[in-house]
Amino acid sequence: MNTLTAADWLGLFGHFLMLSMLSIGGAITTAPEMQRYVVGQQGWMSDEQFTASVALAQAAPGPNVLFVAVVGYNVAGLLGMLVTMVGILIPSSTLALAAMRWSHARRASRGGRAVVAGLAPLTIGLLLATGWVLAAPLQGAPGAIALVLASAFVMWRWRQNPLWLISAGALVGALGGA
Amino acid sequence: MSDAERAPASPRELFVVFTRLALMGFGGVLPIAQHVLVERERWLTNEQFIELLSLGQVLPGPNVVNLALMVGDRWFGWRGALAALAGMLLAPLAVVIALAALYAQFASVPAVAGALRGMGAVAAGLVLAMAFKLMPALGRNPLGRWPSMLVALAAAAAVGGLRWPAAWVMLALGGASVALAWARLR
Repeated sequence: MNTLTAADWLGLFGHFLMLSMLSIGGAITTAPEMQRYVVGQQGWMSDEQFTASVALAQAAPGPNVLFVAVVGYNVAGLLGMLVTMVGILIPSSTLALAAMRWSHARRASRGGRAVVAGLAPLTIGLLLATGWVLAAPLQGAPGAIALVLASAFVMWRWRQNPLWLISAGALVGALGGA
Repeated sequence: MSDAERAPASPRELFVVFTRLALMGFGGVLPIAQHVLVERERWLTNEQFIELLSLGQVLPGPNVVNLALMVGDRWFGWRGALAALAGMLLAPLAVVIALAALYAQFASVPAVAGALRGMGAVAAGLVLAMAFKLMPALGRNPLGRWPSMLVALAAAAAVGGLRWPAAWVMLALGGASVALAWARLR
């Protein structure tokens, strides 16, 4: 962990405010720029620490944006976590609420309906892409790919509590099957 | 669009439901959010879920956080938005920081690494299943079933296969798709 000056704190907060506005498609899309700032420019942690922060947040329950909290924590402890999380959330959250109220008021208009109808297939396409990207590193492992397909099929056909499937996946993986 | 069957009773209920779904979300909260909000609580229909998710994805910000804000705001204004956001973030935040402190000691155990891989594989499967479940909704899309299916597959190939930046794909493909919908709607 590092000792930050007042200027460092301000810079950290300002940088995460900016990252928030860049995070189209999810917080994870800002990881390369975040890495450049905290590792390359400021030297607050090593490359390995940064990568481990992202992997850890992905494995833990909760939204993936929590990798920001782990990065902030590794920069400057609990206060670092608070500053980075508030920074990454405030601009995008304000915009999301404003956009939602604006579009809800116009939902019956032709423009509003065109936006909703036009974006729906894209949303489904991005979900397919996310599954694709998550599965890509498992390509060399037939067991893991079988696990991907089996869980997709079971969850698609039945209203299952996903927690059961995740636990089964953890068990198969721990026994060396993935 | 048909309305959902139920609604949350209070911001407190929003907080509790979002805390529970966030803690169930290993490797991604989105499939759990669809399961809990649409299939279990029935606060949203599949169409409403896609609508909120679509908005959340074109805007900057974590998709599921945007989704929580919009769902909360829908019933209780900013109080609901704050309750849903706090539910989504507070408990998982405590868990992830505790894990960050623990991680160093157990990262080298093979069973731990294997379990993480297995959970990652299932997480990928869950996202795919969610996309399959939402696809029938495209049959009622004003674009028509096949054009909208084509847009979905093109987006999947561009972002998932070619790894083009999602922001540019949204702008180009989304713009074309919205323009086509505009032309078809009267």
